[in-house]
Amino acid sequence: MRLEVEIKGKTFRSAAGGMHEVLAPVQFALQSGEVGVLIGPSGCGKSTMLRIILGLDHDFAGHVARPPEARIGMVFQEPRLLPWRSVEQNVRLAAPDITDARLSELFKILELDAHRSHFPGELSLGLARRVALARAFAVEPDILVLDEPLASLDDALAGRLRDEIATLVASRPVMTLLVTHSLDDAVRLGDRLFFLSPRPARIVAEVPIDVPRDTRGEAEIAAIKAGLAQRTQGDRVERDIS
Amino acid sequence: MLRLLSFALFLAIWWIAALFAGGAKLPSPPAVLQVMIAEASSGALFLHLGATLARVTLAFVLAMSLGSAIGYLMGRVKLADRLGDPWLILLLNLPALVVIVLAYIWAGLTEAAAIAAIAINKLPTAIVTLREGARALDRSLDEMASVFAMPRWRAFRHVVLPQLAPYIAASARSGLSLVWKIVLVAELLGRPNGVGFEIGVAFQLFDTPRLLAYSLTFAAVVLVIETVLVQPFEARANRWRPRAA
Repeated sequence: MRLEVEIKGKTFRSAAGGMHEVLAPVQFALQSGEVGVLIGPSGCGKSTMLRIILGLDHDFAGHVARPPEARIGMVFQEPRLLPWRSVEQNVRLAAPDITDARLSELFKILELDAHRSHFPGELSLGLARRVALARAFAVEPDILVLDEPLASLDDALAGRLRDEIATLVASRPVMTLLVTHSLDDAVRLGDRLFFLSPRPARIVAEVPIDVPRDTRGEAEIAAIKAGLAQRTQGDRVERDIS
Repeated sequence: MLRLLSFALFLAIWWIAALFAGGAKLPSPPAVLQVMIAEASSGALFLHLGATLARVTLAFVLAMSLGSAIGYLMGRVKLADRLGDPWLILLLNLPALVVIVLAYIWAGLTEAAAIAAIAINKLPTAIVTLREGARALDRSLDEMASVFAMPRWRAFRHVVLPQLAPYIAASARSGLSLVWKIVLVAELLGRPNGVGFEIGVAFQLFDTPRLLAYSLTFAAVVLVIETVLVQPFEARANRWRPRAA
């Protein structure tokens, strides 16, 4: 299974009538089992790109080849849970075929056992994010899309959730697209990093990480970051994402 | 408890006013109760009340289902909104009496004419309320449902309908009170039974106890329906919301 993205451009007409270029030509592909990371400054058009890739936005020039039968699991920037349904119902509505055993396992991994029957309004943001993660994994996706899933969480919790994401991604063949502005998240989770320019977004550098994810210790991660900084475009990359 | 106290206060004021006004203009509570019991034991009260309730139910269900469907469509589809809007404004501002009289002239003094006239009066307010509800739907949740490939019916049932529930409840409540009022006019003008018909008869005979007996029984039925049906529905639809202080 393979995801091919070939966007020639995307403009949008503002309320005042002016035309704004949101995306420059962007082209990349992702294989099953790979974690691709889109990394770039906020407001550069990452979310627009995601909406196009997910088929929510058809008003663009170019082409996205997504396996038609591919199941998509998505974690939006905001959790986007149904406030009038319990945590368990929220997950089951997205994944009606999930077995009780699998659901219990997911809730256990994400430490949501105690919150099954709570409504999303009763959860903290961190918990709601975990429910969104549980929902995305529950559908057993072929394509997993994570849009800043760890933003605005404290470091300890973000670290734990990142490990959980890594575990879940390793547990089944899935192509993952992670959007983040954190170089740390990108280096810890990604197989291939796509550095984006400010708006209109284009890919300024594509960096594969050859060290397998499960063998990346703190030393390797520091080395990869140092390597990134040394690259010819390192300065530019650092400036773009800061 | 407080509600009971409030009701007792109402009875007391009525009784005192009756003492001053005299029995012909305002009969005392026991006098009205006597008429109620007499009408109930003869069966007439239940016959008329039943006829009115049947009309209310039919007209209400008709107007709510049709109005909700049209309102939802107008809130979601821009073309439908632009096409329907002039009709809606016309209907909203058409006096109830005009609709009822025209219905009786065109369709005769029939049951169908009465029910249609009542329903047409309620229809535009249901449309307006549901249109607002459909306009206020959260697009980000629509996107979520679409990304997770939820089938249409499941998305409608679990994503859209709960968002519309407060609007449906509001529309049901305001609509019910509107239908209660209009049904009596329709009955007064062109039906041989029902509470409205009885009130018309009582008016012609200046029979105030009878008039009050029927209207108060009617009000009691409305109150019961409100507490037994409308309020529990609202409470259930809103149970996920954090409680207001």
